[in-house]
Order: sequence, then C-alpha cells, then structure tokens
Amino acid sequence: MTYVIVGAGPAGVVAAETIRKLDPHGKVVIVGDEPEPPYSRMAIPYLLIRNIDEQGTYLRKAPGHFEDSVEVVHGSVASVDSSAKSLRLSDGREMAYDALLVATGSTPILPPVPGIDGERVTTCWTLEDARKIAEGLRPGASVLLIGAGFIGCIILEALVASGANLTVVEMGDRMVPRMLDETCGAMLQDWCREKGVNVMTGAQVESIEHRDDVAAVRISGGREVEAELVISAAGVRANAGFLEGTGIELSGGAVVVDRHMCSSVPGIYAAGDAACGRDFSTGDYSVQAIQPTAVEHGRIAASNMVRHGSVTHQGCINMNVLDTIGLISVSYGQWEGIEGGDSVSLLDRDGYRYISLQFAGDQLIGANTLGITQHIGVLRGLIQGQFRLGHWKSRLMDNPLLIMEAYLAATQGA
Amino acid sequence: MLRSLNINPDKCTGCLQCEMACSFENEGVFNPAKSRIKVFSFHHEGRFVPYTCTQCDEAWCLHACPVEAIKMNRETGAMEVLDAVCVGCKVCTIACPFGTVNYNQSTGKVIKCDLCGGDPQCAAACPTEAITYVDADATGLDKMRSWAAKTDNATHAN
Amino acid sequence: MSWTRKILRVNLTEGTLNVEPLNMQWAAEYIGQRGLATRYLFEETDPTCDPLGPDNKLIFATGPLTGTMASTGGRYSVITKSPLTGAVACSNSGGFIGAELKSAGWDMVICEGRSPSPVMLHIVDDKAELVPADDLWGKSVWEADKLIHQKYNDPQMRIAAVGRAAEAGCLYSAVINDLHRAAGRSGVGTVMASKNLKAMAVRGTLGVGNIKDPGRFLSATTEQKKVLAENAVTGQGLPALGTQVLMNVINEIGALPTNNMKEVQFKDANKISAEAMQEPRESDGKPNLTTNAACFGCTIACGRISTIDREHFTVENKPEYWGNSGGLEYEAAWALGADTGVGDLDTLTYANFVCNEDGMDPISFGATVAAAMELFEEGVITTEHTGGMELRFGSSEALAWCAEKVATGEGFGADLGLGSKRLCEKYGRPELSMTVKGQEFPAYDPRGVQGMGLTYATSNRGACHLRSYTVASEVLGIPEKTDPLSTDGKAGLVKAFQDATAAVDSTGLCVFTTFAWSLDNIAPQVDAACEGDWTPERLLEAGERIWNLERDYNMRAGLTGADDMLPKRLLKDAAKTGPAEGKVSGLDVMLPEYYELRGWTADGQLTQDTRSRFGLPA
Repeated sequence: MTYVIVGAGPAGVVAAETIRKLDPHGKVVIVGDEPEPPYSRMAIPYLLIRNIDEQGTYLRKAPGHFEDSVEVVHGSVASVDSSAKSLRLSDGREMAYDALLVATGSTPILPPVPGIDGERVTTCWTLEDARKIAEGLRPGASVLLIGAGFIGCIILEALVASGANLTVVEMGDRMVPRMLDETCGAMLQDWCREKGVNVMTGAQVESIEHRDDVAAVRISGGREVEAELVISAAGVRANAGFLEGTGIELSGGAVVVDRHMCSSVPGIYAAGDAACGRDFSTGDYSVQAIQPTAVEHGRIAASNMVRHGSVTHQGCINMNVLDTIGLISVSYGQWEGIEGGDSVSLLDRDGYRYISLQFAGDQLIGANTLGITQHIGVLRGLIQGQFRLGHWKSRLMDNPLLIMEAYLAATQGA
Repeated sequence: MLRSLNINPDKCTGCLQCEMACSFENEGVFNPAKSRIKVFSFHHEGRFVPYTCTQCDEAWCLHACPVEAIKMNRETGAMEVLDAVCVGCKVCTIACPFGTVNYNQSTGKVIKCDLCGGDPQCAAACPTEAITYVDADATGLDKMRSWAAKTDNATHAN
Repeated sequence: MSWTRKILRVNLTEGTLNVEPLNMQWAAEYIGQRGLATRYLFEETDPTCDPLGPDNKLIFATGPLTGTMASTGGRYSVITKSPLTGAVACSNSGGFIGAELKSAGWDMVICEGRSPSPVMLHIVDDKAELVPADDLWGKSVWEADKLIHQKYNDPQMRIAAVGRAAEAGCLYSAVINDLHRAAGRSGVGTVMASKNLKAMAVRGTLGVGNIKDPGRFLSATTEQKKVLAENAVTGQGLPALGTQVLMNVINEIGALPTNNMKEVQFKDANKISAEAMQEPRESDGKPNLTTNAACFGCTIACGRISTIDREHFTVENKPEYWGNSGGLEYEAAWALGADTGVGDLDTLTYANFVCNEDGMDPISFGATVAAAMELFEEGVITTEHTGGMELRFGSSEALAWCAEKVATGEGFGADLGLGSKRLCEKYGRPELSMTVKGQEFPAYDPRGVQGMGLTYATSNRGACHLRSYTVASEVLGIPEKTDPLSTDGKAGLVKAFQDATAAVDSTGLCVFTTFAWSLDNIAPQVDAACEGDWTPERLLEAGERIWNLERDYNMRAGLTGADDMLPKRLLKDAAKTGPAEGKVSGLDVMLPEYYELRGWTADGQLTQDTRSRFGLPA
C-alpha cells in the first residue's frame, strides 16, 4: 500500500503517524509545500513574542522523526487523477497512491481592497509571515491589523509587547464574532482598549495607498491611519483548488467527507481545515479550523485509509481557546444557544470574568467563558458526555460557575 | 505493573492535606490554589470529592498539544508537561474533558498531575486512604473511564 | 519563618487600611495567634475600655503553623475585650478561613474604631478593601455568605460573618466562618457587629512558604500525623463519634450538668449521644450524622455533618434546613440538650443550625435558656414575659422558639441575648446563673470533675473548658489518670494544662491534638518551621507568659481574685446521683494552692516578680 498525505500540518502528521502504526510495511509519503519541517501555526504567536524559537513551533521535535519512518517530499500538488490514482506536483513529478489524504489546510483570504497586494501588507499564517512581521515590529512602529478574529486576536499580545502603535479594524460588530457572544466580544474590546489598543469594530478597510515609507489606510467613516506594517487576518479558505477536475464534492471550497473521513471519491480522504467534517453538536458538516479537530480528523482518516470502515467519526466538538493580551476566552459547541433552549450567564464586568452556558433540556450544549481558566475542559466533558444534569441544571442556572461540581455529580453521583 | 491513583470520595473528610502536599511538591509552598488535585465540597450533600487527572488512555491533552509538550512517562504512565516545550497555547486545557489540565497564568504554562514521578504526594498525605496509589488494574477508575468513551469522537469497528 | 510578617490594620472609623510589619520580637515571646494578638491588644487598648465602643479592637490572628501541612494547622483566633465578661476574649476557630487569610499573606488583621455604616472587609491576597455592606446588614450568616459568594463569583472564597443575633446585641454572639465553624465564645461576634463590620471575605492564592527547614518540617509533621492516627482518641474516637463520644461517658461518671446544673446526670443522655446520631431515623432511614468532616489540614476530622429529619416539627415547612450542615458537637449537644433537659436529637440539631446560621455561641445560648427555664419554673419568668411560651425544662418547642428569638433579638429574645448572668440579675435571682466572670459553663460538672471547677474559676475568659481541659487526665487518663473526685494535685494539673494550652492556641494548631500530642510532639514541628530554636520548654514558658499577660489584662480591666469564683450551687449543693453523689466543688482548697503555684498574691494579683520573670510589659 502507498499512502500519500498532502499537507504537513497537524492533520497530516498525525495521519502519517497513525498509518505507520497500523500498517508498519506500507509506504507513507507526506507532501508539504513549505520548506520548514512540519510546524504548528498555533505556536506562531509565541514565536513572535520570542517565548520560543522557530524550532519550538515544530510539531515533532526528535531529529529524524519523519525521515526514519515516512517519506517527506517538498512540493505542492498541482492536480490529482483519481481514476489513475496518481497526482502530479507543480514541478512535474508524478506520484501514485492507493489512498490519498487531503490535509492541505487553508490559506488566508485577502480582503478585496485596493492596495492589499502592496509590500507593506502581510498575512500572519506561515513561519515566513512570522519572520516578516518580526522584522517590522519595533517600539513605536505603527501597525494596522485587519481583522479581530481568532488569528488577529492571538497575535495581539505580540504586537502590543513589541511596543508597536497598534490599530485594529474589524468588520464585524464585535471582536471574534465567530467564537464569542456579544457580551464576551464587547468585554474583550474593553480589555484591549484598556491595554492601549485601538479596536474599531463595524469598520472596514477601504483602500491602502502605498507611499514612500508608510501605507495610508483608509477606513470606513472617513478615517485614515498611516501604518508601517499592515497585517491582514481577515479569514482563511481551504486549500483544495488542486482537486478541480476530480469531481470531488466541495463545500465552501473544502472537501466534504463522510463519517469515515472519505470524500465523494473512493480512496481520497480529507482532514483538518481542508475537510468539511461532521460537527458533534449539530451533526452538520462544516470546517472547524481548529487544532484538536485536525488531529482527530487525521487519526480517524488514517484508520480508514488503512482499513476502510474501521472507525466511524462521531463528529468533533467545536471548541476554541484564545489568549488576548492575557485575557483568556473559551468557546464550546453551540455557544450561541439553540431555539427553545435555556441559557444562563454570569458577568463580572470589572473583573473581566464571564461565563454563559447553553442548555437543551437538561443537557449542556455550549458555553462561552472569559477570564476563567480553572477546570475549563470539563465543559467539554459535560457537553460531549451528553449528561443529563437533572437538578444540577437548576443549580447551574443559579450559579453557572459550578461546572466542576455539576460534572462530578453527573459522573460520580456526588 | 503501572500504578494509578485510586480515589474513594466516601473516605474523604475534606482536610486538603492532598492539596497542600501537591502544591508543596510542585510549587514549594503550601497552597491549595496551586494544587493539581482538588477537593470539591458538596455542602448540601455533606460530601467531599477529591479529583485529579486519571492519566487516561485517551490522553486528550497529549494528542491536542501542537508542539509535543506533553509526553507519557513510560515508567509511571503519567502524561507529563514538558515546561521547556510548552508554549502556553492552552489547547490541552480545553481538550481535556475531565478539566484536569489547567493554565497557570503566572508561568504561562499548563500544569497537570504527573504522579510526582511515581510517588504521588497526595496519596502519601491522605490520612484516610481516600486517595491511594495502587495497581492500575485494581483501581475504581472504571466508572470514570467508562464514560470517557462517550467523549471519544469515534466509534471503533472490531 | 512561617509568619508572613505582615499585619493588615483596618481603621473602620476612617475607612483606611494599612500594612505593618509584624513585631518579630513579640512573636519570639508570644508565638502567634492567641498569645501574640493578646500582646497587641494589651499594647493598643485601654483594658477598661467599653468592649462595644470604638476604643476596643478586634483582632483576627493566625499562628505560625496556620496554613501549613502540620495536622490541624488551620486555626485562627479572634481576640478582643469581651462584652460578656469584661475580660480578654480569645475565641479559636477552625474551618478554612484562617488558612486562607494566611495564604493571602497575612498573620493578623487588626480592626479598630467603628465604621459609620455597615461594611465588609474583602481581602484577595495583598489587596484589601472595605466594601459597603448595607445590603448584608439584617441578614443571617448563611444568607450573607451566599450573597457575598454571589457578589464575587468565587466559590473558593472563605467568609467569616456575624449574624442577626450580633446585630441585635446578643452578648454571646459568635463569628461564624465557613458556614458552621465558630469563633464561638465570649461575644467576639458582638464586638464585630458593634464595629459595623458584617463580614470578612478572604481569598488567598499566595500560599504559605518560607518554612525554615522544609525537609525537616515535612518529616516532623508526617511523623506526628502518625501519632495522631495511632492514638485511640484522635485516630478512632473523634473521627468516628466526634466530641459527642463524651456524652454517655460524662453522664456515667456523674458530671453531666443537667437542668441548669441542678442535676449531674441526664436521663436522656443516650438519646442525644454520638451513638444516637448514627441510628437510622424511622422517617427516612437515614441517621442524623451524614459524615465526619475535617477543618483545614486536620487529620483527625472530628467535625459532624448532619441533617434534620424533614418531618420534624422544627423544619417540616422549612426546606432550607433540609440539607446537610454542621452537626452537634458535645458542648453544643450538652448545652442545648442536657442543660435544658431536652432529649430530642432533631430539636438539638435544629437549634445548633440556628446558632450557626445567626451566629450564637450554643454553649452560652443553651445555658442561658436553661437559666431562663429555671426562672420560669420558679415562677419568676412567666408567659407574660415570653408572650405565651412556656419555658419548661425538657420542652423541645421552648428550645426551638428560644433559638429563633435570640437569632433575631425579637421580644423575649433580647432578654435571652443578655446571657445567663444578666438575665438572672434582671429577674432578681443572680444565684441561678451558672457562670464565671459572666460566661456560661460548658459541659462538665465541677462536682464530678474537680479539676474543671478550678479550670472554670480561673479561666481568663470566664467559664471555659478549653483553657485547661483536665477532663483529659481526670476522665480519659491523658497524659495520666487522676481521680476526678479528688482535689489533690489539681492546682498543678490545671496550671500545666493552662500553660501548655496557651502555647498550642498560639501556634495555629488545634487543642484536640493534645489528646495524643504533648509539647514534645509539637515543638519539633514549630522548630522546623519557625526561625529560632523552639523546644518544648520554650513553648511552655511562652504559654505561661501568655497566661500571665491575659491575667494582667483582666486585672487592669478591673477584675480581681474575687472573680475567680463558682456559683454557690456548685459549692454548696451536693451532686444528687452518680459517682459524685454527695460531692461539691472543692474550689476553696484548690484556689490558694493555684495562686501560689502561679506566683501570684493570695488575692490573685500578679506580682512584680512574676511580671519581670516573663518580661511582661510594664
């Protein structure tokens, strides 16, 4: 058997390792298009803040970890011939496979704004991007960040710590609208302002004019900010363009997979940001674009690549944790709640603490928290365990901080 | 043979000796706020429940870590956080469905039970044998683990 | 080091808070907690001050071992001048707030003055603030606890508060922490309320470090925990049965004061005993006792967690009392039960819950009810005074009613809140008050346990068993058995217990350890933790110094040797039944011998020689 994995992110790496274990004699090839060893984008903010060096971002630390067990090929895939079960790299090389995993992740989308292609604009996605940003950061440098979503927020601390003079422009009505509810997002904005970061929400960059030593950024409402560095963090899109012509079903640009992580074309699987996979909470198929989901996808896809049908995906729970200049926010599952469900929230605005819980009947289905870090994972346990909370639901409605107690009551009859 | 912590809440009196032992071993101070084991108190029911990581087979924390900062100690079976490698991204803290990996804001790293390298101080300090360190097969963790399967994202065909 | 070396000084009049270094020279002489705080009180207050006036101070003090892994190392004390006795008050409590305060970085909190309006002291580590508490005033301790936890959204926050009884001026109001642990005696809660200080809420995340020799401290504390575990009282009796293990024992030796100390044996003792607490109820098949529970760091775990029968008349329409809470300790069960003649476990548990909920010392409360019942049966107090309630010995209804009345201070509750001495004086029968220095007796009849007579008479905070628990020797044979009916050697025994206990109470440890530990067991733990060399001899000397300092404070407050006196009933009316039948207290024999051993004058005054021997302040 020859297994080809396209993409060297967490999904691809975990898939390769899983296959190696399940099929010690098969040939495993990882095709990655970045020159670096497999690394974690999650770690880039910590690289920017200089807590770690580049090596600290590597997914696997042991020298020869991959080379000893799998074949690593640098290159990008140009096209796939699913009937011939082969793929072609952009440099012309061809490669045959028995099972193919699309774990190509995603790429930042640049907002369609005049001047976005200019020299002073960068995304914050790859190690190469990180190097470029690090170069431009210095005390007093004016920096404009487009997008206060997950990626934008997670690099805020590094930008602030560098002493840069920072402006953030977010299109949505609040920060991290896809992860945090209105209260949470607004509190995060207050927090940022308190830390000296000017965050404009409901605002759009209209144009970027590149002058000699600055970019003049025009923002809706007639404002203009001069920036030496513009970082665009305005969302990502799955990398699945090379699958054109295979007839594979895509949704929003990502590969639609079934519960064995298999695409509409037998033998081709997908995982991670490139896969439109099953959501635990809703049963719908969507791109979660989070690390734990990528890992789960990789593991499950790999099992099915070795023996199709061996593992059925129950769906991943959507969850996120975000550290924005030291304020930690978390989301789980259906944090927006569902129609007909109950919810409870507790707000300590001055103390920057917030928790909101969402219920369906007496089961927890989603949560948002801010400034709460202890035992936070138990929210996952409660949601994914689908525990009937019984009278503990009313106790949680009375005091939503008692999540750990509710969990112990549910699991141990405490 | 691997050993693991066995917790019997029925025997717990809520004295917090375990929390002090844990924080002293790991942080050098008697400080329940920094303990990796936590005794939850159920006042209305008159019950105390000590709770910490079970070093579960699923090892959610380990698998969720993007930088390989959590490793299994082959001698003890404990999932250990490598401080030098941990970047503090906290993904493990939300991935662990038991809620037993916590972020320590003062160090910027996560902390979890590591079985004190095979001599767990909480068990040594417990005056009532509510916490014991016993052969893994003999523990009462089954109950806690059986539902762990419910948190698994996959079902396995045999 | 173990001391954090920091004091938080709170001026309630001005609303200011200041940090001060701990006086380490005093710490070397007075250890911490009881001793050290008394030294501060001595220095900073006029002993003749009005206990409920702004000139009195209220000190929350931890010991050097509070918050450490030493078994029982979670104690704190509240030190002030008592409104009940006019003497020094020092009430010791367990639970968790003492360790929390230490973990927040404070050895002591000294509260002075009086706030113009209700406030709460809120401490999170090194940050402290006074917060308006108008919304908490008029609330019970349990309600206030809930509201404070809601306000700060921190389940780990530890709270000490006073209840409505203290607000109403009940003179034996307690400071209740962690819902059902009490700095119970001498009206320290009344002082707190007089300062308009409703509560202290503490969160400590700094921990206790700076142990002088951590390795030696861990091995010493581990070794001494084994001693506690292997001892029959601390290893088996107390965890299984609680202090209530004593109910039947003390009844059998004829030293269980009954019906305001008219009798020395109670016919229903077995119905309110530890054994009874474990009997399944008819209604729901559950026993009164749910489980035992420990205070911070305690490996004994004598605490009782109990429920009341939901069908019982006291709570049948009050679901808020259906859950578990702090159950009966021996002293409470005696005062609420034997002393009032009430043999109904559920009523006692209910009264105990109310005492915790609204912050009343159950010993003084029960004993005051007992005095009121005797006054009623004597025809002095009538239904006109009570508004219809018949205060008869043995009446469950009367006991429950009294608890509810004192809790709010309404109607006859205000009279009961005066305490036994003032109540009996008010109704013209002072001889019916079973008190010393105005404080009610606890649960050992001095006719049946002679040493306890001297203990009560000479206790620096008024009648109290915890100043020299000679019951250990006279009944339990610890450290050696003495004859409870004999006065021989009791003066020396009382002095030895008083000095050792004063030392223990100053370390942060619980006096219950002394069923198994002597100072020989405690000194190595203190020595490993604290700077300086701490031998058992030094601890004992410190204990004696503390005792003399307290005595000195009382003398300066206007007390004299004449206050070292028991009520006539115990000196003249012989025990009617049991092994002590025919006996009265031999205080007259023991007291002169005691004064001499203390190095005091024949009328109980400190001599200059004694003062200089212990380096007491001039």
